Amino acid sequence: MDAAVEKIHVLAVDDNIIDRKIVERLLKNSSCEVTTAENAERALEYLGLIDKNQGSGNYNRASKVNMIITDYCMPGMTGYELLKKIKESSHMKDVPVVIMSSENVPTRINECLEEGAEMFMIKPLKYSDVKKLRCHLLQQYSG
Amino acid sequence: MEVDQLQRSFLEHSNALFHEGLLDDQFSQLQLLQDESNPDFVVEVVSLFFEDSERLLNDLTTALDEQNVEFKKIDAHVHQLKGSSSSIGAQRVKDTCIAFRNFCDEQNTEACLRCLQQVKQEYLLLKTKLETLFRLEQQIVAAGGATPMLDEFF
Repeated sequence: MDAAVEKIHVLAVDDNIIDRKIVERLLKNSSCEVTTAENAERALEYLGLIDKNQGSGNYNRASKVNMIITDYCMPGMTGYELLKKIKESSHMKDVPVVIMSSENVPTRINECLEEGAEMFMIKPLKYSDVKKLRCHLLQQYSG
Repeated sequence: MEVDQLQRSFLEHSNALFHEGLLDDQFSQLQLLQDESNPDFVVEVVSLFFEDSERLLNDLTTALDEQNVEFKKIDAHVHQLKGSSSSIGAQRVKDTCIAFRNFCDEQNTEACLRCLQQVKQEYLLLKTKLETLFRLEQQIVAAGGATPMLDEFF
């Protein structure tokens, strides 16, 4: 008998409150555990990647995150800059990062994919997008 | 009023919103996210949208009233509004925002002011109609009925 499928824990980052709520519901309805952050700095704090907060507590929390999904356009640090910081970190670099954007800009998409983003998704997200994401992730974990 | 009548009203009202282009498929996607464990999801998201939009429209009014109009700031606000309206399926509001951003790029104050007026009108129209829809929904539930799913009728 197969082991119970563990809940995928996603950290969702978006400065827009409406988008945060929608992404959270989309993911929760797809059996994910969700933590939201309203900007990149908060996300980095949560992941234990900001200097002032590098306590072992944060590392433990961060190690439970299976995926990060972030908006591209955010005030302050952008999703792209967040992606770079995550990929530069020793303990988070293998966590898949998905970038979302309302704008379909090929150079932007390429730049993110080249920096190691798992996928680039166009907003607004739908159920079918999250299904695709989940399949993609599950394949990775079983592979 | 009988549940049947209320449900018919609800559907007519709902269909009109889609046919007139005030709402697009994204709104239907939101309805799909609502279930027994989250029975008020759509109302909650739309309420957030109302609050957020009103704040942005106020900020836009102030920004366009300045002596030296900062188009970058205005563009940032319109970008936010475009994003939110797109996320809830508010098609006409979103489309007006797209035009608005083009005028920001051109730094055309007059055209931006006109767009602001238009966005406000579209927003108020949508808000009024959605509030009616939600009221009908409440009445249906209070009368012991269930909100008709649009899918049944397409």
